[in-house]
Amino acid sequence: MPVIIDTEETTLIAHIQGEIDHHNAAEIRRDIDLAADKHRPVKLVLDFDDVTFMDSSGIGLVMGRYKLIKPLGGKIHIINTSSQIKKVMKLAGLDRLASIE
Amino acid sequence: MAVKNEIHFSFPSESCNERIARMCVTAFISSLNPSVSELAEIKTAVSEAVTNCIVHGYRNRSGKVEILVRASDDNTVTIKISDRGCGIPDVKKAMEPLYTSAPEEERAGLGFAVMESFMDKVTVKSVVGKGTVITLQRKILSSVGALHN
Repeated sequence: MPVIIDTEETTLIAHIQGEIDHHNAAEIRRDIDLAADKHRPVKLVLDFDDVTFMDSSGIGLVMGRYKLIKPLGGKIHIINTSSQIKKVMKLAGLDRLASIE
Repeated sequence: MAVKNEIHFSFPSESCNERIARMCVTAFISSLNPSVSELAEIKTAVSEAVTNCIVHGYRNRSGKVEILVRASDDNTVTIKISDRGCGIPDVKKAMEPLYTSAPEEERAGLGFAVMESFMDKVTVKSVVGKGTVITLQRKILSSVGALHN
């Protein structure tokens, strides 16, 4: 189970588990998109607390979810990032698309 | 600089091996006493290079990915990642941030940008139809003293 999903009213919280690389990204993406399609969230929270590694596949994952939720007027919040993951995200300019904590 | 130690391994271009490849490289580098962030950055750069071989080099087929990791006397790590895949027709373009030839896979086009930002030196040699060799180099500073985190 690469993602644990929680919902609170119009918020969808995706607690991503383990490593985000090219191999795992497809499954993580599928789980989040299935839940987003069902709940139609206004706010998508991506929780990186249990993410132990991320390469640029994680950037593609966040950008893809941004493209998905933006036309619906939604916002993305990225929380609990380690300094390493934050570094990769800032390199990609993700801080311009989403709030990163 | 004289070679202090080296490892050489290869594996089929299956995406499940991305993890194994970066684990092997980090296991080797751990013996040089890197800081947590040095180790994490090298691990990320290796993951990008190996993913490139699998996603782009061997796009519609399977092949072998080869990795050579070398530590020299001055604590510089050199990692050579090679494939015998399709090669890159325009290396300069491939290295441009946000350029990707695989947008359908949600590739961000940042693999080389990550490698260049996390390593001291990145060189790419590619011949169309023959394959690509990416060489990553970084000097481990923290082993000199624990203060360089």
